[in-house]
Amino acid sequence: MTTDQIRPRRPQSPRRPRPLERGIVSPLAYRRPRGRLGGALVWLGLAAVLGLIAIGPIYWMLTSSFKDTQELLQTPPTWLPAVWHLDNYVTAWTVLELPRYILNTLVIAGGTVLTELVVASTAAYSLSVLRPRGGGVVFGAIIATLFIPATIIFVPLFVTIRDLGLINNPLAIWLPAAASAFNVFLLKRFFDQIPRELLDASRIDGATRMQTLRLIVLPMSKPILSVVGILALMASWKSFLWPMLVLPDPRLQPVSVMLARIGEDVELKFLLAALVMSSIPVVVLFLIFQRRIIDGLGYIQR
Amino acid sequence: MAVLDERRPRPDRAPFAGGAGQAAPPERRRRLSLTRSTGLGYVFLAPALVAFGVFSWFPIGRGIVLSFQSVNFATESVWVGVENYAALLRDSLFLVAWRNTAVFTALSLVVGFVVPLILAGVINEVRRGGHVFRAIAYLPVVLPPVVSLLLWKWFFDPDVGLANTILRAFGGEGLRWIYDPATAIPSLVLVDTWASFGSAMLIYCAALRGIAPGLYEAAELDGAGFVRKIVHITLPQMRYILLVTLLLHLIGNMQVFTEPYVLTGGGPNGATTTIALQIYDYAFRYNDYGAAAAASVVLGLVLAVATGLYLWATRRWSGNDN
Repeated sequence: MTTDQIRPRRPQSPRRPRPLERGIVSPLAYRRPRGRLGGALVWLGLAAVLGLIAIGPIYWMLTSSFKDTQELLQTPPTWLPAVWHLDNYVTAWTVLELPRYILNTLVIAGGTVLTELVVASTAAYSLSVLRPRGGGVVFGAIIATLFIPATIIFVPLFVTIRDLGLINNPLAIWLPAAASAFNVFLLKRFFDQIPRELLDASRIDGATRMQTLRLIVLPMSKPILSVVGILALMASWKSFLWPMLVLPDPRLQPVSVMLARIGEDVELKFLLAALVMSSIPVVVLFLIFQRRIIDGLGYIQR
Repeated sequence: MAVLDERRPRPDRAPFAGGAGQAAPPERRRRLSLTRSTGLGYVFLAPALVAFGVFSWFPIGRGIVLSFQSVNFATESVWVGVENYAALLRDSLFLVAWRNTAVFTALSLVVGFVVPLILAGVINEVRRGGHVFRAIAYLPVVLPPVVSLLLWKWFFDPDVGLANTILRAFGGEGLRWIYDPATAIPSLVLVDTWASFGSAMLIYCAALRGIAPGLYEAAELDGAGFVRKIVHITLPQMRYILLVTLLLHLIGNMQVFTEPYVLTGGGPNGATTTIALQIYDYAFRYNDYGAAAAASVVLGLVLAVATGLYLWATRRWSGNDN
């Protein structure tokens, strides 16, 4: 993994020995025949439960989206479609104008990731490395916004966006998203762990502070930047209320807002196909980066 | 993924742990720094100052001012004192919305807290494939909420929905789920739990893996069994995470919006109108931004008081030594 190469304040071994892991039951117990049997049963039970509750509804959505209306409504339902109706997908794709809405979502998400990363990394670089006078106060004021729940702020924020004339403008989503205290906090915490000697050395070698950021700090922070970026992308793909408020023009809306708007008025088989198609990008993204996302979430959410 | 290893010693705790001062890492004490610069520092801070200033700090103040005004964008804003707050108290739906929000929050706390904890405990015991299990459990969290909600809306259909098909297959009576005031909120809790349990579970998994194996070994030497290890080691070691996630759960669930908006629209008969939905309706259905802002301020105060009480009640427990 290329982004693993530099770890601030860590021994430089390419592969750290795996730390000892164990659960509540002692590893020895699992070696006994009874423990082995118990472990296997627990494993099977877990697989069954998770398969049923986590995968079950998704499986049902996926298989049902290939059925025709008659098969969708029949009781008892079928496990697999009798005939796989790919035309549900073709119709949903063209009639619901999915390409337009998925493109809208991509534009919104891409801009959000960009503004979030730029604002958070410049702010964190300033607060962690440049450390201007009064930076502590600014950091405190930024962190304080973590305690402001989104529901409390969306009405005055909407009024502000309206006064700025940003309704039906993607900036109305990109800019407020940039005010993410959590990103600033995460990046500052990461930048704080970069050895100061390295930064001082870059200054002695004649790097400007911009070059220090570009050539030392950012490359060393690739892992955390990628996690912040992926999470911002996924969150943006999932967002609903705010895009619905600031993008009343249907032609600009992301796919979530469009689906909620038309949900009842579309034939079920087309709706299901549209649900699947609008989930595919974010699910694929998750499956590609799942190890990084899951480890990252475990790390940052504490 | 070594860089993101949750075992790394943390200089500080979650941002939710306390005030701003606590969240900041200790200042490095050194006289000479070649990288310090106040002027450039503020140049680099400028984007954040603008973003937070215009889209975070200013709207907070704006919201408080709005709550004392009559605003409809057609005419000038008029100062009306506490009239907006008085109007809220006269609105019977506002009180109903509080009751619904409280019921939803209480139910989803019980279900949404226990289910992920048990799952995390079991996943942590599994020797093989733990990572795959965690990814599978997280999959519903990845789906866009609108997709999950429209899917479940179909499941909840009294005639052709999967929920009733399953009930009938086991010889039960079909329910009216989100269309019956009695079962509407539990149905929302069911969807909400399905869509979010993976996220809480990941936090618990990380916390479980952070427990030092030596503690269990010492307990085993002292003859502790499975239950006593859970009671005396696992739970005490996780208490900080448990308290924080409980609080975040509480704050998050009191703001529930998308579930009732997409599934029920607040119905049937106001049975699922939550406080966030009510704020939305004031502002964007009735064009009464003053009332919406006042309701937001009330929600903010309630959340602040709830948080304060919670932290006060758990202060003896929340020692920071996980």
